[in-house]
Amino acid sequence: MTDAPAGPSTAAQLGRERAARLVQSFGAAIVLAVLVVVGSLAFPTFATVGNLTNVLTQSSFLLIVAVGMTFVILTGGIDLSVGSVFALGGVLGAYGSTFGLPGGLLLPLAVCGLIGLVQGALVAHAGMAPFIVTLAGLLGVRGLVLAATDGGSATPLITDDALIALGQGGVAGFRWPLLIAVVAIAAGSLLLARSRGGQAVLAVGGSESAATLMGLPVARVKFGVYVLSGLCAGLAGALNAAYSSSGVPTVGVGLELSAIAAVVIGGTLLAGGRGNLIGTVAGVLLLSVIQNLINQVGSLSSSVQSIVSGVFLAVVVVIQTVLSRTQRL
Amino acid sequence: MTAGSVTLALPARRELLAFLQRYGVYLAIVVLLLYNLFFTPNFFTLDTFRTQFVQVVPVLVVALGMALVIGTEGIDLSVGAVMALAAAIIPLYIGYGAVPAALIAIAAGAAIGLVNGSLVALVGVQPIVATLAFLVAGRGIALLVAGEQLKSVTDPGLLALGRQGVAGVPYSVLLAVVLVVLVAVLVRRTTFGKQLVAVGGNRRAAELAGLPVTRILLLTYVAAAVLASIAGVVGTARLGASVPSTLGNLIELSAITAVVVGGTPLTGGQVRVLGTVAGALLLQFISATLIRNNVPDAYSQIAQAVIILVAVYIQRGRTAAR
Repeated sequence: MTDAPAGPSTAAQLGRERAARLVQSFGAAIVLAVLVVVGSLAFPTFATVGNLTNVLTQSSFLLIVAVGMTFVILTGGIDLSVGSVFALGGVLGAYGSTFGLPGGLLLPLAVCGLIGLVQGALVAHAGMAPFIVTLAGLLGVRGLVLAATDGGSATPLITDDALIALGQGGVAGFRWPLLIAVVAIAAGSLLLARSRGGQAVLAVGGSESAATLMGLPVARVKFGVYVLSGLCAGLAGALNAAYSSSGVPTVGVGLELSAIAAVVIGGTLLAGGRGNLIGTVAGVLLLSVIQNLINQVGSLSSSVQSIVSGVFLAVVVVIQTVLSRTQRL
Repeated sequence: MTAGSVTLALPARRELLAFLQRYGVYLAIVVLLLYNLFFTPNFFTLDTFRTQFVQVVPVLVVALGMALVIGTEGIDLSVGAVMALAAAIIPLYIGYGAVPAALIAIAAGAAIGLVNGSLVALVGVQPIVATLAFLVAGRGIALLVAGEQLKSVTDPGLLALGRQGVAGVPYSVLLAVVLVVLVAVLVRRTTFGKQLVAVGGNRRAAELAGLPVTRILLLTYVAAAVLASIAGVVGTARLGASVPSTLGNLIELSAITAVVVGGTPLTGGQVRVLGTVAGALLLQFISATLIRNNVPDAYSQIAQAVIILVAVYIQRGRTAAR
């Protein structure tokens, strides 16, 4: 690392660097494609329209959560609270649905946005470590969920038909949660690539001191991503509740780990500054396809699924770390 | 709050802050015990304290290892899964006796620590992702090893560790005390301890100074995993059953909380062993106080979250001031 050539890079080096960068950005998508092809050849029940749309629908909630998580990680932060916020979103969606569709969506969005606001303020303005702030969020918000559901024993049902239709209905075979996830991904990508706010997110994650020197509103950017993450997790939770007709207080445990894993597998650097939402989408779908393929085998237990996901995560980060080392040369 | 801070002169305020940073966790324990002395009926009995100390042992032992890892500016999310693996392994080898079974469980933990440490030290993966991989995979491996069913453990030697003691002090608590002393000596009196803190303070500088950074990191993650598997053995002994599906679930969060509340900064370069002990005890006493006063679990979790935030808020800027 120390004896990096100071002279002009050769074309070969440039090519290698570009290849490494491509693998980092699109590696997850390539592996996903390979896995889908192999899965289709190995299991006749895999590549059916019914099964694939099922995989997509199941992924849509994690996709929405992962959009927010990508933004947070791009700034070099982390949000461990999303699993608990997801559950709170569902419970509040169910309570709010007594006031119809607007209540069922606005109540969770308002409260979960507020939780993101508090966490963002503690990270951005009080200068506390994101890991600890959102760890407290993970515990405290789950406490709120339990407090709102009589210690977790109550499961509020969704009473509004329009909200249930939003969770379970759809157009052309695609359910609304999936379509909303697609919109969130598109909007997020656009925001990241084409807006000043998105560029500021990348700049803050790349180098906070450099971003400060450039006069970027660093605190506001960091604050914003936690609000966004809270909103995404709350929306996903409300949609999941609509999908299952009730706000179950125990959902979302460990969801933060899946979201972080998906973002990292998708090529976003945990240190911040580099990554994209397309990678995150590939990461989420990869985790879902792995799960689906293991279900296809049938005889394998759910333990195998977690082992495969864990090993996969380890392999991906090792490759990523080695690749980003090549790039630094 | 603002009124208080305005009336204090600046140096006095800074001194108060420094005092709270150093002794806040001990102060909080004293305040909590005083509250219980006056307001919670039947709290100050030998039985209550024995129960509290027995219950805190797994978190405390895991937190000791976590403090070491955090001292190197790392984190270990895999500790709960390592506990589960230890629990899964014990019934397989308990036929050879309690000690061999425990040793094999601990050796398996050490192997996991070696993998974690290699990912961090040799490959250069960030500790949070490196250890996340085993958090995700570990419980699955444990369940596969254990065959996904609850097995009761009847070995008298192992059960004694969980349920008996000498002169009224349970063996598990004695074991925890020994481990605390060992880790404290390791951190304060050995070259390894000094090197560990140096790596956490500034890895690059430690490398330039010629310290064996890779070896130090490897050993630290192994130590954390060994301590976690000891906690797994103790937990299994106490339950009298091997329960890899739930043992140590989310304990990484409690352990990190205990370490941070105890005054060890997440930014590394410092390990406070006694603070960690106090942090673990404080969390234990808080939940005991809330349970004894019939506060529902939900509010107990919210209270814990607030306490973490207050503790970290007080310690904020500590490293900058150094």
